[in-house]
Amino acid sequence: MAEEQPLLRVQGIVKQFPGVRALDGVDLEVRAGEVHCLLGQNGAGKSTLIKILSGAVQPDAGAVLVDGRAVRLSSPTAAMAAGIATIYQELDLVDGLSVADNIFLGHERAAGGFVRRREAHRAAAALLGRLGHAEIRPGLEVGRLAPAGKQIVSMARALSREARLIIMDEPSAALAHDEVANLFRVIRELTAQGVAVIYISHRLEEIRQIGDRVTVLKDGRTVAVGMPARETATSSIVALMTGRNVEYVFPPRGSAELGAEVLRVEGLSVPGRVADVSFGVRAGEIVGLAGLVGSGRSEIVEAVYGARRASGRVLVEGRPVRRGGTVGAVRAGMGLAPEERKAQALLLDDSVAGNITLASLGRYSRWGWLDRRAEAAEARRLAESLDIRPPDVRRAIRTLSGGNQQKAVLARWLVEGRRLLLLDEPTRGVDVGARAELYALIRRLADEGVGVLLVSSEVPEVLGLADRVLVIREGRLVHEAPAADLDEHTVLDLVMVSAGGHAAGGDTAGGGTGVGPGPAGGGGHDDGDAEISSEGAFHD
Amino acid sequence: MTEVDPATHASPAEEAVAGRPGAPGRSWGWGRVGEARHLGLVAALVLLAVVGLVTRPDNFATSSNLVSILALASTIGVITVGMTFVIIGGGIDLSVGAVMALASVWATTLATQSYGPVVMVVCAVLVGTGAGLVSGFLIAYGRMVPFIATLAMLVAARGLAQRMSGQRTQLVQAGNTAIVELSTTRVLGLPLLVYVFAAVVAAGWVLLNRTTFGRRTFAVGGNPEAARLAGIDVRRHTMVLYALSGLCCGIAAVLIMARTTTGSSTHGDLYELDAIAAVIIGGTLLTGGRGSIIGSILGLLIFTVITNLFILNGLNTSDQLVAKGLIIVVAVLLQRRSLRTST
Repeated sequence: MAEEQPLLRVQGIVKQFPGVRALDGVDLEVRAGEVHCLLGQNGAGKSTLIKILSGAVQPDAGAVLVDGRAVRLSSPTAAMAAGIATIYQELDLVDGLSVADNIFLGHERAAGGFVRRREAHRAAAALLGRLGHAEIRPGLEVGRLAPAGKQIVSMARALSREARLIIMDEPSAALAHDEVANLFRVIRELTAQGVAVIYISHRLEEIRQIGDRVTVLKDGRTVAVGMPARETATSSIVALMTGRNVEYVFPPRGSAELGAEVLRVEGLSVPGRVADVSFGVRAGEIVGLAGLVGSGRSEIVEAVYGARRASGRVLVEGRPVRRGGTVGAVRAGMGLAPEERKAQALLLDDSVAGNITLASLGRYSRWGWLDRRAEAAEARRLAESLDIRPPDVRRAIRTLSGGNQQKAVLARWLVEGRRLLLLDEPTRGVDVGARAELYALIRRLADEGVGVLLVSSEVPEVLGLADRVLVIREGRLVHEAPAADLDEHTVLDLVMVSAGGHAAGGDTAGGGTGVGPGPAGGGGHDDGDAEISSEGAFHD
Repeated sequence: MTEVDPATHASPAEEAVAGRPGAPGRSWGWGRVGEARHLGLVAALVLLAVVGLVTRPDNFATSSNLVSILALASTIGVITVGMTFVIIGGGIDLSVGAVMALASVWATTLATQSYGPVVMVVCAVLVGTGAGLVSGFLIAYGRMVPFIATLAMLVAARGLAQRMSGQRTQLVQAGNTAIVELSTTRVLGLPLLVYVFAAVVAAGWVLLNRTTFGRRTFAVGGNPEAARLAGIDVRRHTMVLYALSGLCCGIAAVLIMARTTTGSSTHGDLYELDAIAAVIIGGTLLTGGRGSIIGSILGLLIFTVITNLFILNGLNTSDQLVAKGLIIVVAVLLQRRSLRTST
């Protein structure tokens, strides 16, 4: 076969973020009319690569070629001009505008500032028809569409920009089973018209179904380019994704006897997210929750902490925790290091000390009056004991590295009487050296008798750090075992492959849970929005 | 907030202000940022004073003029303290002027006045706090946007005040002149209401900078999600912030009764705008999480001195409004620049 000019060629892309080398020489080649799958574990660099291709982030080195010509994707507009459109997981549509308005947002069909409604509607209808969804009315408000319908509108928008390459970031994550089949049909119609699709998904069976070729990223590098999607064995794909050059240093597991159970969770359910999960954590034990993004693992942690409405029972040392807020959880002796450090944990304008003492102000005060000397002394003591660098607690927290910020968040909970720490992605955005320190610190806390519930997208982290592992898939607890009895392969298999390992094609009977993220409520649409979105929702 | 290059963490100036490494007490926290930022406000105030001395050398620096500036500032000043808390906590209170009017009317009804001056004061304070509590409840537990909830309170409180007074100005009765004495009695040359103002400012400063409540206010405004996940009852705290603002309105109502010897539904018209402007000029972020009482008071004094200068020089009051508008814009632009250079 003669080597034809690929539509997109990416060569040696490097991207350095403070403390983390996100991409370290990535190559990619996409041909016109193919579905090219991008695989890799969390943190492998997929999202950074997408951001570079969509013009949101500039690479430090490397080249992007479209039709053999080097292009500079200096902004999202430049990327669109080069024919690259990106459909993000959180669809970037304006809910209050109509379908047609959304499709032509930013390049309105207009004359002298006045939108030509009729023409826009006609063009929108034509684009939707091209995608096989002529039943979506261009005048409909986008907010009234179901997630699947919104996705079609996003695709129509990409087409309206004459995109030749559409990047889809986990497009099936928000869709129910039959909607995925429909999505695939639309993708095939697109590729038949010569449009290329970069498809990102964690679900291997989907990749087998829709993909033509596969590129695997690992630790910011390309480890396999353009492998045939259907023929390559699952085991070799998983092997490519997991074999790593970066060796994490994990502290030895505690040999000490585990204490009594500090946390007991019974029948925890979050509608549409988590179904009937029960487990316990003992004093001195680190329990890892393994699962994909969207599997419900973060929801479990949030529900235990009272930060999310849920049914079921949560007991700390045998006593039920007062529900309906985080105050009860903190009073019962829990502490949370949330997933999004900056958005959920830090007061960025405040000092390191102010961040450390936030949850324990009552300890340094009498009748509300702060003993600032005691507060500063305690902050300094904790910063020193956790080796937060630089060691000046008056420094603004925003100037610290991710690893040191995370230490400050942990320090917040290191006061007497803390019995249970919930750690959601504690090493996200933390460089390798600091990770080892955090691991050692978490283990030290456990050895001191604290129970730890750890969530991580990185399977090696869960396996290396935890004593016991709970595997969560689609909101259910599907497996529980001592970490020593599991390996990365097994866990990845459990995490990624739908129940029964069937090829998704309509046999919901075998899988039971289907492809949707939620175990309850069929599609598992986001919270309550699904009810109002039925009108005009597309369905085949 | 933008990413900050770790290499440029703190400017030398900031370090210098922070000073004394390892020293306990005031060495870290909000003080140092605030002090550095207030220099500009103090400079502006000095500049205005110079303008006053040059243009009206015979009138401006007289003790009677300075006293009248302070007396004028007292009423809105008390309100500004409450407003500073609400805005640092991530909210806004548009109802302050109307709530003050309602409190003044309620306290000067014949029924209330029959119980004497102490009950009048208690009544004004309770009415103000109650109105704030209602707004706070709607915002914190009813999940209403602060702008909307307090706008509704503005309209409703003004209407209720009109109803109660029958749109008539209610005089403080002869038997209750103890209230008016707040304005007429002078200690060390200053009327008592200036001391009330000073006391409220001092109490507000202590509450904001020296208590867990103040620290939590910064947390709730700066990152409500982080505050919630740290086990702070964000809703209750938010409600208390509005109650606090209402309390300040009640105290302000007492001061305005003292100054005007009346309670009226027309008191405090547009006070909310002056108070918000003073807070913003003082360097408090409208998005919450950062700010200071001292800054707000300096901002208010700048506003009051400008008004005074315009009156002394016999200038058009419309021009005065334009000048105030310009000052808001300039102050915010300058703050944005100094913020960028200091982080």
